[in-house]
Amino acid sequence: MSDHALTWLAVLAAGAVCFAIKMVGHLVPEHWLAEPRIARTSSLVTVALLAALVGVQAFGSGPGLAIDARLPALAVAALALALRAPFIVVVVAAAAVAAALRALGMP
Amino acid sequence: MSGGAAADRRAAVQQSLSVAAATGLYAISFGALAVSAGLDLPQTAALSLLMFSGGSQFAFIGVLGAGGAAASAVATAGLLGARNGLYGPLVSPFLRVRGWRRAAAAQVTIDESTAVSTAQPTREAARTAFWWTGVGIFVLWNVFTVAGALLGDALGDPRRYGLDAAAAAAFLALLWPRLGARVARVVAALGMAVALVLTPLVPSGLPVLAAAVVAIAVEWLRGPEDPAAAEPAAGP
Repeated sequence: MSDHALTWLAVLAAGAVCFAIKMVGHLVPEHWLAEPRIARTSSLVTVALLAALVGVQAFGSGPGLAIDARLPALAVAALALALRAPFIVVVVAAAAVAAALRALGMP
Repeated sequence: MSGGAAADRRAAVQQSLSVAAATGLYAISFGALAVSAGLDLPQTAALSLLMFSGGSQFAFIGVLGAGGAAASAVATAGLLGARNGLYGPLVSPFLRVRGWRRAAAAQVTIDESTAVSTAQPTREAARTAFWWTGVGIFVLWNVFTVAGALLGDALGDPRRYGLDAAAAAAFLALLWPRLGARVARVVAALGMAVALVLTPLVPSGLPVLAAAVVAIAVEWLRGPEDPAAAEPAAGP
């Protein structure tokens, strides 16, 4: 088999595997999920998921971690949230701070 | 949360579009990297259409680009995609879809659609957020994959516009109202710490999965008492 055909095979197989994993999650019977304890767990999983995404988005850099313009941007976002600013203001303020600091030479 | 169902839905759409814009544009980097890893344009586009999971896609082209075997590229992509299987049980109770819609929902069940939808105050807003975030990212991700593959890095680094900080801020804004209970604050701190400690050690995607496992462990170690501590927002 040529390299090109082998790559295609890998693309299709990996796509099928990733879709099947997602589908299996959707096929979990609903009565398993109705238990209050499962509902509490899923609420905490959301919190952990969001916290992990904040961390990885704010400090992840290639394979490692880095402190850069994202940290002051995130601090501004937290301040805006503490002042009860609307969602879109929080997001745009963070982007503007990071973009401005990078324009000034911060990594 | 005030203003009724319409206001909840408007807020959900706004949050979804912010997250979709901040994450979808990263596909420029994916498209450019996939081509430099030796994939052609149709293969690159097929990956984003069929696999549609950022961590898995970057890992897949990383293994192939480094000269790894096709089978190990497939296995790595599957391993990193495992967390998406965990998200189905979180979103299917409020989606309530069957047939082809269920398959479509499964395909757009990723970190961002799960996070934005389950953070909503009502089931209706959760449904709205799931589809707007999932489909919004799907469209942008595929368009910008092709743009990145064709133009390389000529479009510029999304970080220059602060999009990485915008995504972090969006997730923080979704997390913020859920930190009322002490157990939630503990889980958030533990989840973020575990994800950050693991980030330099394991492929991307696994740190987020580990954080989710931490939450499950905390709930099951805590025992059945204290039922008011973690209020399910959009959950069943």
